[in-house]
Amino acid sequence: MSRIFVHGLGAVSPAGWGVAALRDVLEKNVPLPVQPVARPGWEKPLRVRTVPPPVSRPAFFAHPRLRRASAIAQYAVAAALEALGENVSRVQNGTVRLGIIVGVMAGSVNYSRRFYEEVLQEPATASPLIFPETVFNAPASHLAAYLGSDAVGYTLVGDDGTFLQGLALAAQWLADDKVDVCLVIGAEETDWIAADVMNLFRRDAVHGAGAGAVLLGKNPGGALAELSAVTDSFLFTQNQTRVEAARQMRGQLPPGAPDELLCTGAQPIPFTVAAENLAWENWPGARLAPPVILGEAFVASAAWQCVAAGDAVRQNKFAGANVSVVGVNQQAIGARFARPVF
Amino acid sequence: MLFPPPKISGSANPHRVVVTGAGIVTAFGCGWKINAAGFRAGRTAFRPVTLFDVSRQRSKIAAEIDLPAGLPATRLSPNSIRRLDRAAKMLLFAAHEAWSQAGWNEPENLPVVLGTTSGEMSLGEKYLQQAIRFPHAKKQQPTRVAHYQIQQQGLDLCNAFGFRGPITTISNACASGANAIGHAFEMLRGGRAEKVLTGGYDALCQLTFAGFDSLQALSPTPCRPFAAARDGLTLGEGAAVLTLETLDHAQKRGAEIFGEIAGYGATTDTHHLTQPHPEGNAALAAMTAACACAKISPAQIGYVNAHGTATPQNDATESAAINRWAGGHAKNLRVSSTKSGVGHPLGAAGAVEAVACLMALRGQWLPPQMSPDKSDPACRFQIVRQPVDAKVNIALSNSFGFGGANASLIFRRWS
Repeated sequence: MSRIFVHGLGAVSPAGWGVAALRDVLEKNVPLPVQPVARPGWEKPLRVRTVPPPVSRPAFFAHPRLRRASAIAQYAVAAALEALGENVSRVQNGTVRLGIIVGVMAGSVNYSRRFYEEVLQEPATASPLIFPETVFNAPASHLAAYLGSDAVGYTLVGDDGTFLQGLALAAQWLADDKVDVCLVIGAEETDWIAADVMNLFRRDAVHGAGAGAVLLGKNPGGALAELSAVTDSFLFTQNQTRVEAARQMRGQLPPGAPDELLCTGAQPIPFTVAAENLAWENWPGARLAPPVILGEAFVASAAWQCVAAGDAVRQNKFAGANVSVVGVNQQAIGARFARPVF
Repeated sequence: MLFPPPKISGSANPHRVVVTGAGIVTAFGCGWKINAAGFRAGRTAFRPVTLFDVSRQRSKIAAEIDLPAGLPATRLSPNSIRRLDRAAKMLLFAAHEAWSQAGWNEPENLPVVLGTTSGEMSLGEKYLQQAIRFPHAKKQQPTRVAHYQIQQQGLDLCNAFGFRGPITTISNACASGANAIGHAFEMLRGGRAEKVLTGGYDALCQLTFAGFDSLQALSPTPCRPFAAARDGLTLGEGAAVLTLETLDHAQKRGAEIFGEIAGYGATTDTHHLTQPHPEGNAALAAMTAACACAKISPAQIGYVNAHGTATPQNDATESAAINRWAGGHAKNLRVSSTKSGVGHPLGAAGAVEAVACLMALRGQWLPPQMSPDKSDPACRFQIVRQPVDAKVNIALSNSFGFGGANASLIFRRWS
């Protein structure tokens, strides 16, 4: 089996555009302020953590495919381009075959809500410009078009853990030599309807938005970290509780050491956090919970966890980092990033 | 572990992959037998839409499914069954048929790979309608949210049969079902699993119907794939599920084999979000990659189940791609689109059409499209227009989707 290495990281989050902004906020370890979002029919707004505008307008915003694209597509492309770094030109000139895997849970919820509202008002005049952006794979398509990449691309839909399933899928494509490098992206966007759903289940949970990206390859040269494991996906089923699923996930990862990091989800969603805390109650090292600071952004949250873990290893702050995802309603799954050792 | 994965024992890679069960639900009905009869005879199943209001849409027809009142016996509780909506029910019917045919006993950690575009979108529609019209009413909203989400249909399936997963759901627009089968095929071929349950499903919903109507992609009349005067697609709905296993595994347990999956190719068309490249470059690349995977040439393929949506652009692009891919063999190549009978079931299309190919290979017939319309002269291949028996050993199925997702699967007759 091939060893798989991390060659790039990218992030867009309520902390800002870029991994550096994400790192700064996570180091402070203080939850970001929330913003109000108007909820039609309610006097009191809902709370979200939105992505601030970029400091300078990214050049890719002017690309014909991205001018009218949804926010989720813009976040996904920005995170992907940061992770690709200098590889962008190698993909664009066809010297590198790039696989693209995008994971989402809510997906393009803003354009979907807007389009369906138009349908309810007058279906005969609903916008043909909006509808295509509602399709789950629109962000992956825009990214492929921007890069001119005609290799295989999948959009995976599921709960938070889908991002880690994407890492394992990328490892499979690389091992099978389907692609030379593979981007795994998790992305979500905010909208009042998404915040409404979150409020329905837990009033103190805050919906977030953004994207995270990890570039994987087989070449060890210049690697930032090594992806050393992705656990099985332990489903929440009639016969397997979250607690049991989380316990099994933990059991497939190394036990940890004082110089290692644990990146958890640990949103204030009781049924999730309880299972996760129980699974990791004897973790001997440091802990970090990006969604608590940035908001609950489902697959993007899991992507931030992996980006934070990979970045911590890259910066030699920790010898290794475990990522724990006890998802909203599908699975418990974990991953491990480590310093490359040859 | 998903990574690094355990290696299964058996013959050297790549493993051969066979189909040991196939379940299908379309507007023809539930089950292999009624669908095989429908495809073989070239029946059509279009009717006025009854599921939602289409009075102000340009098109008013679709291939709707009349689901049976009851569900097959599963491990789901009565409460769980009560909460299922159309897409989940279709998926359960198809999975139950495939599971029963395969004769798999112990579910174990069975990987499940599904494709869909919108899951249970009609529940999402109801959620938004209530949230707007009755902003403070929460009745049924939590259930709608939970069951609207795509992962819930996979979980319902796992709970129904006792599977423990993992569940992977690919949403690559209209290629979703083909990509799901292709991904399952690659898992088995690469020795990452011994058996996988895979397929695609999608139910009709207002958002999608209005969306295609807004793009003027829907025909007001039943669709006419590859006709010179074609004017759009007709939506359908459905589900198809396959039980796949390595040949070693199937033979060891003496399973009946329905056919072999021999090749898979997937590419991305970067031309436009909703329009394919006019010369079909990515479609050609997908078909070529599938042939390379199967180690066969286009001349060895006896039948192509085309994506054939009947939109002017898709069929022009696909015929250009097939012409280029088949070359001199094109004039002998028989092609049809089963969407002429059951409409375009979106994320289910690749899976439904995979089962149609298996039916044709097993039965040694070709599914016709019975439209009397004159074919587009750009088609250098033969459109199957009448029910016909045929000696065909290898079939290729195309699926192309919004966003440029292109997938081709190759099936080989098992004898």
